[in-house]
Amino acid sequence: MLKILKYSTYDLLRSRWAYLYLAFFLLFSGGLLYLSGDVSKVVISLMNVILILCPLIATMFGVMYYYNSREFTELLLAQPIRRRTIFWGQYLGLAISLSVSLVIGIGIPFVAYGILHGPETWNFFTLISNGVLLTFIFSGLAFLIGLKNENKIRGFGLAIVLWLFFAVVYDGLFLLSLILFKEYPLEGFSLAATVLNPIDLSRIMILLKLDISALMGYTGAVFQKFLGTALGMGLSLLTLALWTGLPVWTIQRAAKQKDF
Amino acid sequence: MRAILQYFSLLATTLLLATTAAAQPQTLRVGPEEDYPSIAAALSAADSGDVVEIHAGTYYEHGLVVDKPLYIRGIGYPVLDAQEQGEILTIIAHDVTVEGLQLQNVGVSYLKDHAGIRVRQRSRAVIRNNRLVNTFFGIYLERVHEAVIENNELSGVLRDEASSGNGIHAWHCEKLDIRDNWVTGHRDGIYFEFVDNSKIVGNESVGNQRYGLHFMFSNHDEYHHNRFADNGAGVAVMFSKFINMWENTFEHNWGRAAYGLLLKEIYDTRIEDNHFIQNTIGINIEGSTRIVYQRNEFRRNGWAIKMAGGCLDNDITANNFRSNTLDLVVNSNVNNNTFTGNYWSEYNGYDLDRDGTGDVPYRPVKLFSYILDQTPEAIVLLRSFFVSLMNFSEKVSPVFTPADVLDHQPSMQPLSL
Repeated sequence: MLKILKYSTYDLLRSRWAYLYLAFFLLFSGGLLYLSGDVSKVVISLMNVILILCPLIATMFGVMYYYNSREFTELLLAQPIRRRTIFWGQYLGLAISLSVSLVIGIGIPFVAYGILHGPETWNFFTLISNGVLLTFIFSGLAFLIGLKNENKIRGFGLAIVLWLFFAVVYDGLFLLSLILFKEYPLEGFSLAATVLNPIDLSRIMILLKLDISALMGYTGAVFQKFLGTALGMGLSLLTLALWTGLPVWTIQRAAKQKDF
Repeated sequence: MRAILQYFSLLATTLLLATTAAAQPQTLRVGPEEDYPSIAAALSAADSGDVVEIHAGTYYEHGLVVDKPLYIRGIGYPVLDAQEQGEILTIIAHDVTVEGLQLQNVGVSYLKDHAGIRVRQRSRAVIRNNRLVNTFFGIYLERVHEAVIENNELSGVLRDEASSGNGIHAWHCEKLDIRDNWVTGHRDGIYFEFVDNSKIVGNESVGNQRYGLHFMFSNHDEYHHNRFADNGAGVAVMFSKFINMWENTFEHNWGRAAYGLLLKEIYDTRIEDNHFIQNTIGINIEGSTRIVYQRNEFRRNGWAIKMAGGCLDNDITANNFRSNTLDLVVNSNVNNNTFTGNYWSEYNGYDLDRDGTGDVPYRPVKLFSYILDQTPEAIVLLRSFFVSLMNFSEKVSPVFTPADVLDHQPSMQPLSL
């Protein structure tokens, strides 16, 4: 598996896309830090970008990569290698190379700015780790879409719908139900709804770390209390782990049964 | 006859001499090596108009009562320590001046509002250049006329709200002049209840548990050039009329239920040239009418202005709104408040005739702030992509947000304030 991982990682890291992705983050976070100088504000701006961009790039790039490397996959399948190993290797190669671009792209400007000695170190790590987790989750989902759909157009379409659902539609439905049921106590519901969407959960986890959490009033206090307890933190980490693990597990099962 | 006249004139002269001799103020010195070893002894020996001079040292005394006009002066900040046993100075005479003392350790009482210095029902007290450390209530004025509280330093010890007192507490007073004091670590920094025609100038109220300044049922007062920072909830002005506030700074009153300034049932008031910086809510307004907001700076607040419940005839002119998360929340659809000539950093209209005001009106109420007002739980979607999309589409074609909350002449450039 390590060999396959190595191949696909190198393959991806060699491609223009990885460099473009890296360069974008480098320029963006460097520029923000240079222009504003207020780390807390930069973290918020970067959060908005990461929460939209990481899932989007991971899904689109994941699907693209799956379809592009199909011939190589078929070649590998002809070898005496376990199927699990092949797909695990490819998936991890994709997720790791995207994460490396993200971590380096954001990391270099921040480290150069001296984040490691500042009080904001933890906010920065929360941001980065959420970005990495989102990359892993959405590239897994993208691979799954690729595996399940032979038709490329259909696969791309599904990938776009998937991203749109989690990034936009979910929040719309969420808000709509909050407004519809405003007569009822909604703290429990909004907690559950937030935890179930990895993008929302990441956003809340980052926001609660920042000053801006004071704006969230009573609802924010409920979240803070929930995430402050071992149970709450455990539950949300478990959800994120499930979101990462479930697609991978399904990939493995689908790969085993699939007739190439 | 002549002899009698001479006799009387002599008598008159002696009497006159005697009275002037009596009116000649004496200076009574208190100190380990002076005439009076304790302050209590000096106070009881002094006559009206005398000077009591307290020299440096530590005096373990409390329950001192000043019952005649005296000038009490500390030399080199003598320390009056009550050892947590009760009130230190109680003034029950007119024309008393207290200057240059350090009063400390009054002690918490749940039955009596013990204070460092209390003035009771008398006029013209002057309390100047004192330090009050760990006093339960700092300076307590009850039914006082024309007092001057100047340049004192009051630092309390933060406990919970129930067992902390107020820094400068005034109840049923008139014509107070409270200036250049520094208050920290109390429940309310400065507390006004039924206080009329008074001034609060140049004070700094920092890090108090509840409010920096608390104002109840007090009319015709003014406060200006004060700074209120890092308090539980900034400044609360409630149930008062004709209050003028200008050039104050409300800074970093940041927390889940914090605000820079709370106005509740306030009428006919002017709020001008103030700075509201980094408060959760800049101004929280409830049921306040005929208020003029001019030339204020609102920067980096969560909400710049939050209006609730019947605010009528408010005039919001020529203010700067910069980088606030939400500029304005208005919860009623009927609205006759006017917004004119403000600078809004989120305004992105154009100015074709180059007269400095935008040609398109600005709508300070965003859809998200409107929704938040209806369903506070929606705050969990703060800064999500969907909310930005929603705000954008509402801005392009407004459907839900109140149509009459508009700034018709938004300024293109930040106003220099």
